[in-house]
Amino acid sequence: MKKGLTTTAVGLALILSTGSAVADQDSDLVINGEIEVTVRADAPAHLENLDQIFSGWTFRSSETQALQMDDFENPGMIFVDEGITAWNTVEGEAGESCASCHGAPEEMAGVAATYPKWDEAAGEVQTMTMQVNDCRTEQMGAEEWAYDKSDMLNMTALLASVSRGMSVDVAIDGPAAEMWELGRDLYYTRTGQLELSCANCHEDNYDNNIRADHLSQGMINGFPTYRLKNARLNGVHSRFRGCVRDTRAETYAVGSPEFIALELYVMSRGNGLDIEGPSVRN
Amino acid sequence: MKRTLTAIALGAAASTVAMAQTAPNAVSFGEYGQIEESLTGVAGDPAAGLEIMVTRGKGNCIACHQVTALEDYPFHGEVGPSLDGAGDRWTEADLRGIVANAKMTFPDSIMPAFYKVEGFVRAGDAYTGKAAEGALDPLLTAQEIEDVVAYLMTLDQYYD
Ligand code: HEC
Ligand code: HEC
Repeated sequence: MKKGLTTTAVGLALILSTGSAVADQDSDLVINGEIEVTVRADAPAHLENLDQIFSGWTFRSSETQALQMDDFENPGMIFVDEGITAWNTVEGEAGESCASCHGAPEEMAGVAATYPKWDEAAGEVQTMTMQVNDCRTEQMGAEEWAYDKSDMLNMTALLASVSRGMSVDVAIDGPAAEMWELGRDLYYTRTGQLELSCANCHEDNYDNNIRADHLSQGMINGFPTYRLKNARLNGVHSRFRGCVRDTRAETYAVGSPEFIALELYVMSRGNGLDIEGPSVRN
Repeated sequence: MKRTLTAIALGAAASTVAMAQTAPNAVSFGEYGQIEESLTGVAGDPAAGLEIMVTRGKGNCIACHQVTALEDYPFHGEVGPSLDGAGDRWTEADLRGIVANAKMTFPDSIMPAFYKVEGFVRAGDAYTGKAAEGALDPLLTAQEIEDVVAYLMTLDQYYD
């Protein structure tokens, strides 16, 4: 049944797009024939310059899109399995695993959609990565995992996967407001010798090609992403780093307060899209 | 100290061509952003300009612009307007100004300034992501700007 539907969709696409491999920009994302993922939505009120928001998935080729529609095809899901193993593994002095406090990973459904968020006890805005490390050091007596490195990406991929199809909804007011504003400033600041801001590419020029790249809105609802280019999971801060570097700028560090602020701001631009990590991108 | 000596040595060794170069900070733009005088006094080479237009580490102009005459080189961007007919629409002085610093002609343009060395936020050491050390080189040399301008002047055709 599922196969049949996909074939029909491909057939239609071929008829509509005589010849060249055009992305199915208007198609819907349904994973495993059951998880419906919102990939286009009205822009949230705090987004001044856009009416509509789109997941990066909508800008990819139909081949890349298809990889994300079936967990057996999505190479990112291999890392989710590794995340499940880590979830159940006792580590550290306290003799605990993630599972011994939280139960099954599915108990975490919806959590990824709310990060980054203000942590009252820590008195700071935390990304999910920071929260995981807090659990490791405070609850488990285990070592921190390196930011955006494989152990951490496997775990954040697992946490994203159980929230797929749930709406991104990060809070930008209250104590988070200051970081959010810093993130917004960074988003609109032109950096480097090329003097380009995030907005120049992802707001002013999304849907345009820049050389061979079809520019998306630079949303992060699909992170961590499995990139065909480097054949592994990629974290949000590493992606930010790459984009800033490409403006011939001195980048901020992965895990820095600047990138935490930028993550909060960019995530809030996607309020209304659904979580879809681990996504597949090129 | 060593730096200064090298610079002087180079200066002495170089011909009068180098002496006549206008440094990025010394360029004078006209009212509409144009640059009347050649940056080098040496005529640009359109064939060299073409190479700069299509090469990633150089101008990489087709990253943002479509150019029908460059159809053999794959992947033209859509961020800027097509450059077909640019040599017809603009004078050489206009084009020199646009390539050197497009923001003098189009305020707030997304187009990078190819002959500018100061006034950046967090300037990096090329594409390493590290901070720039010492003075920056412009994205293109004075002669490369002249070469690109010479190539743009050949784009006098419109296609449809
Ligand atoms: C010179 C152009 C350019 C600039 C400036 C730029 N990016 Fe990107 N970015 C790209 C390209 C090209 C891609 C790959 C195609 C795509 O998804 O847009 C990309 C991809 C991304 C992605 C991945 C989207 C996905 O669906 O996985 C994110 C997130 C992102 N950018 C965020 C940013 C942020 C934040 C900034 C500023 C700090 C920024 N970008 C600045 C060109 C740029
Ligand atoms: C990152 C994008 C980008 C790059 C790279 C770029 N340009 Fe542009 N260019 C633009 C945009 C956008 C405009 C439109 C002016 C504006 O900003 O309103 C423009 C305008 C122009 C114009 C005037 C167009 C017209 O006829 O109205 C010329 C000529 C030009 N560019 C030449 C070049 C050349 C030559 C290079 C490379 C050495 C180059 N550009 C690289 C983005 C770019």
